[in-house]
Amino acid sequence: MTTPRTQVGPGSEQDADRPVPVVVTATASGPRWHRWAVMGALFTGAVVFLFPFYYMIVASLQRSPNTSVGGAFPSLGNLTLDNYAQINASLNLWQSLLNSGIFTGGVLLGTMVFGVLGGYALAMLHFRGRGVLFSAMLLVLVVPFQLSMIPLYVLIARDYGLGDTYLGMILPFAINSTAVFIFRQYFLQLPSELFDAARIDGAGELRTLWSIALPLVRPALLTAVLLTFIGPWNEFLWPFLITKQQAKQPLAVALANYISTVQASTANPYGAILAGAVVLAVPAVALFLFFQRHFVSTDLGSGVKG
Amino acid sequence: MTTSATRSPVPRDHPAAPAAGGAGGGRRTSLTARLFGRQPIGMLLAAPYAVFIAVIFAFPIGFAVYMSFTDYYFTAPGVTVPHPFVGLDNYKTVLTDPAVLASFGHIGIFLILNVPLTAALSLGLAVALNRAIHFRTFFRAAYYVPYVTASVAVVAVWLFLFSSTGLVNQILGPLAPDPSWLVNSFWAMPMIALFVTWKQLGFFILLYLAALQNVPKELYESASVDGAGAWRSFRSVTVPGVRQATALVLLLAIVTGANLFTEPYLLTGGGGPDGASTTPVLLMYQQGIQQGKPDTASAIGVVLVILVLIVALINRRLTERSER
Repeated sequence: MTTPRTQVGPGSEQDADRPVPVVVTATASGPRWHRWAVMGALFTGAVVFLFPFYYMIVASLQRSPNTSVGGAFPSLGNLTLDNYAQINASLNLWQSLLNSGIFTGGVLLGTMVFGVLGGYALAMLHFRGRGVLFSAMLLVLVVPFQLSMIPLYVLIARDYGLGDTYLGMILPFAINSTAVFIFRQYFLQLPSELFDAARIDGAGELRTLWSIALPLVRPALLTAVLLTFIGPWNEFLWPFLITKQQAKQPLAVALANYISTVQASTANPYGAILAGAVVLAVPAVALFLFFQRHFVSTDLGSGVKG
Repeated sequence: MTTSATRSPVPRDHPAAPAAGGAGGGRRTSLTARLFGRQPIGMLLAAPYAVFIAVIFAFPIGFAVYMSFTDYYFTAPGVTVPHPFVGLDNYKTVLTDPAVLASFGHIGIFLILNVPLTAALSLGLAVALNRAIHFRTFFRAAYYVPYVTASVAVVAVWLFLFSSTGLVNQILGPLAPDPSWLVNSFWAMPMIALFVTWKQLGFFILLYLAALQNVPKELYESASVDGAGAWRSFRSVTVPGVRQATALVLLLAIVTGANLFTEPYLLTGGGGPDGASTTPVLLMYQQGIQQGKPDTASAIGVVLVILVLIVALINRRLTERSER
């Protein structure tokens, strides 16, 4: 999977992700200290970004909490996996992970099926209402979800009785509009001759989409999957509102409830909390690191270009 | 913000489309074409997404506006009770509630800290990253890790780092604030702003990095020919060249600020201490769901969205004008 993709895909020219030849600027030939300053700033930044994660892992493995400066370094005598057993006992970690997985999987499925169809129609087909739909999509991207939070809660939890169900959790996120937007932008960049040829050959729209358009926008699909994944996996507010039973809560919600209730009562809750945090963080970080070569950041900023 | 940029790609025109449509010449299809568009199958393909937007976005927003003008309360399922129209009463309640006004003020504090910090740090690191020859992949990944991690997970570490006996205070020693950061009414909101800045910086670094690729190299060359130093060419070429990205930083910061919930709920224990870090969304949750007053909660939501749209419009107007 990690072999570099061919550059046929659209957008490869504006792709900031692969090592671009360094932009030659007035200062590239500048003094040597300049280069050191650049590296210094970058390393300082990396430390600031990564240290909390390092500390999260170290502290989740400590038998007794050590908040002194020395505690930031693992000492062999103080290492244990007890905190993981502890959080597993209090949260039912596997069930929570399964809930997170179902929630995320449902959103991914909805986005990859209906989002791709919507993006394709918005980019490629002339039909009544396309302009309205496109404007509505832009509005969804701008208007905060929180405005619809209360009515959605009233509708989904109270009127439809979908509280504590996976369906109720998934519904508000079922099609990720950012992903639809990315799909549309990518489909727009495909050469129209390909599609004309397919139509002349008598291919229907679904077949054209499946055999011609989709294979050409693979980088966009991957980006959209990653983006869509971190949404529900990390989401807290909505599943927090809609789930009361712990057996249905995704890990983020279960852990948050553990943080806000146990914190006060236990002498050292942090070991267990941080163990839970590691379990919550690892899937998203691992997925991102694994695919990061293909993660096309320019898509995120595709609206930025004038 | 995105409209002008994204609408410009002209929708595909298919000169050969009528033939493929199987309907022969363009004349005969003109009635269906006029009613449903040239490729009506598009309606079918886009229907699920259109229904989704209508049900999950448009209808709830209409419902929220309706609730905000009525006396709405929860009942047992199946029971229908009248929800009398009360005009602007809910808005009056909300706008005279000092807790609500304070929560909007907190968003102001958040923006004042978050926007300049984000813009300066992410542009600086993006420029540095653009120059770096070694470890580019490592740096990019390192900066992006907080962004892809769940807030709940990183909040846990921040709670640990900034607790009264936490590592930060251990290092600061006597300089540590008392009470500690997250339970200190002066520091609570700035800590939230700092947390969000840290968590989202990676996203904006990549945004600026992408924008930097579009700054024409010739501009740097001519600046250099004109005798501009590094700082001068940064000021007069780089900063104007990435203005669109900077406008987006501001817009997204406003949207993030308007959405703040997880951070005040968990990091400062429910908007504490003493309501020093409440946010509108936190109040919406407390009033709408905990206290069963969805009508005033919806009014807060409507006011919030109107404010966001106003600020976003002003933002757009300002950035457009300065481009000329």
